[in-house]
Amino acid sequence: MDKLQRKSNKKLIIVLIFSSLGMFGFGFALVPLYDVLCDALGINGKTQSTASVYQPVVIDKSRSITVEFVSQVQSDMPWTFKPEVNTMQVHPGELIRTHFVATNLSAKHIVGQAIPSVSPGQGAAYFNKTECFCFNQQVLTAQAEADLPLIFFVDPELPDSISTLTLSYTLYNITDKGYVASTAVEQGAAR
Amino acid sequence: MSTITQDSPAAHDDHHDDHHHGAPKGIMRWILTTNHKDIGTLYLWFSFIMFLTGGAMAMVIRAELFQPGLQLVEPNFFNQMTTVHGLIMVFGAVMPAFTGLANWLIPMMIGAPDMALPRMNNWSFWILPFAFSILLSSLFMEGGGPNFGWTFYAPLSTTYSPDSTALFVFAVHIMGISSIMGAINVVVTIVNMRAPGMTWMKLPLFVWTWLITAFLLIAVMPVLAGVVTMVLTDKYFGTSFFDAAGGGDPVMFQHIFWFFGHPEVYIMILPSFGIISAIVPAFSRKRLFGYSSMVYATASIAILSFLVWAHHMFTTGMPVFAELFFMYCTMLIAVPTGVKVFNWVATMWRGSITFETPMLFAVAFIILFTIGGFSGLMLAITPADFQYHDTYFVVAHFHYVLVTGAIFSIMAAAYYWLPKWTGNMYSESLGRWHFWCSVISVNVLFFPMHFLGLAGMPRRIPDYAIQFADVNQIVSIGGFAFGLSQLIFLAVVIKCIRGGEKAPAKPWEGAEGLEWTIPSPAPYHSFTTPPEVK
Repeated sequence: MDKLQRKSNKKLIIVLIFSSLGMFGFGFALVPLYDVLCDALGINGKTQSTASVYQPVVIDKSRSITVEFVSQVQSDMPWTFKPEVNTMQVHPGELIRTHFVATNLSAKHIVGQAIPSVSPGQGAAYFNKTECFCFNQQVLTAQAEADLPLIFFVDPELPDSISTLTLSYTLYNITDKGYVASTAVEQGAAR
Repeated sequence: MSTITQDSPAAHDDHHDDHHHGAPKGIMRWILTTNHKDIGTLYLWFSFIMFLTGGAMAMVIRAELFQPGLQLVEPNFFNQMTTVHGLIMVFGAVMPAFTGLANWLIPMMIGAPDMALPRMNNWSFWILPFAFSILLSSLFMEGGGPNFGWTFYAPLSTTYSPDSTALFVFAVHIMGISSIMGAINVVVTIVNMRAPGMTWMKLPLFVWTWLITAFLLIAVMPVLAGVVTMVLTDKYFGTSFFDAAGGGDPVMFQHIFWFFGHPEVYIMILPSFGIISAIVPAFSRKRLFGYSSMVYATASIAILSFLVWAHHMFTTGMPVFAELFFMYCTMLIAVPTGVKVFNWVATMWRGSITFETPMLFAVAFIILFTIGGFSGLMLAITPADFQYHDTYFVVAHFHYVLVTGAIFSIMAAAYYWLPKWTGNMYSESLGRWHFWCSVISVNVLFFPMHFLGLAGMPRRIPDYAIQFADVNQIVSIGGFAFGLSQLIFLAVVIKCIRGGEKAPAKPWEGAEGLEWTIPSPAPYHSFTTPPEVK
């Protein structure tokens, strides 16, 4: 191999190595990119993680939306977690108060975190919560039971194609994860 | 250890000598070699051993599925078999086989004396046995090896995975590094070491397809490395990339994985297109029809492969516009692929065709790969995919494109270039036996899977409903027959290495390319002075 070729090989190798390192970084850049895209397009059913403000708007009495509540508990978590009602009819713009009931069946103090998801995903942006237990971590002492409040309204701008919104909560045990407990709210009383 | 230290001074001397003479002798020849032909041979043997290992796992799967109910293995072991079978076949059999072919053929096809980076070439092969030893050893750990499918979806690979998952992650890291080094070597070789007069549009298509494959490898293998790293930190270091409880999203895993995974399936088929484009004209005794359209079709497939990843995820609840986008992009890939298939058929049209074993495999490739392509189109139709998703229909689809596609093209390539590699002709009658046994059994094995899938049999489950029993029995018999047929190939290769009719420099009448201008077997050092390409 002559000198000239060695030099151009070296240049190409450097470019290729940096491209592969760049793509390694791109793999990680996909993580925030994913969140931003889902947020901007409102596509994966994630709802907002902070309370929204209810401005009294015209309540659209002519339209009625079915809202369904679904709850799941992480399989090895010794809690029960159920909505107060499974389904309700709401008018867009109407402020609705409901609650979920959680019970710690174990003899231990457990920290839970509920993760909401709305289906169909395009409806998530129109489902506004002014108060939700999912904004905080939930701490239940042994055998305690708590009512977890949820106050929401459906945006009247909800597309006509959507007539049913399903709000699903999955409750995770995060006691051992060591998350900061500053936002945790101690709930309930001994049964 | 002592034997190595005793051997090494001699081997060291040999190594100096090999710049002037033939191959050095002994085991150290293979460990220290920087010769592209030696490394190609190592890759090809390694890939064949992995093919048999992964095949043995497939035999366990088919034996368990021979009857409904659980009889031979535990469900957890069954899951490990499906997972490691997939990983070994993708990263251990198909990809190293193509790298082996690239090592052997690219320098000879472009008139270069060797690969551009011989020392890195040695490294990129020799880290592979370690990667697969780590992966296979994890099967013997307490709690078992990886059991979450080769796609290692979170949270199966994070929350619910066995303790040995770190070994899986490191094995994938090493395989990825090996592939990236191999790809860099191929790009530098092709860009900088072509013989004078070998312009871009004179490159053999195998070289073109490999160049494009190498760019795909450099683009997506690092993303795979990234996603396994996220799995590692999620499982062992408390991050929450894919854990909803900590603000992550398990669906994001699938997006990142398939961003790697879909270009990966083209990594495993583009070099096949190059091989078939060499073999079909040779045995049709005509020039390849539509050379430049082949080049552009390959490039378009590579570009489109980055825009279709979410067709693996139609059932994750994507919005309709995304499902339509990915559906149409996926169907668009059928256009350049169709260009290729029609070009091969047009090449055969009115050719004076003979059916030696390489051509038999090439023709079977065209027909059976097209069947796999059609079932792929069916899967691309979003509403239909909701029924086919995660059934045996998908298993049938990707085995048609990978076994009768990629593997058949590798077999075709082996038969086509064996005379050049060994200097001897292989046994044509044994080769035909291998072909006919393979092509019949592979269809008995995979074709009925379409019907199982349409009837609703889910994939990756060790048991099934009673009504699937008969068809599964037929499939398993086909599987055992296909596995045994591959031993004929082993016999052919060993027989060919040990002797046989001497091969001329150009054993195939219609073959074209620089590799046929050097004697058979190809001398240890070829094209030390570059040939002039007119």
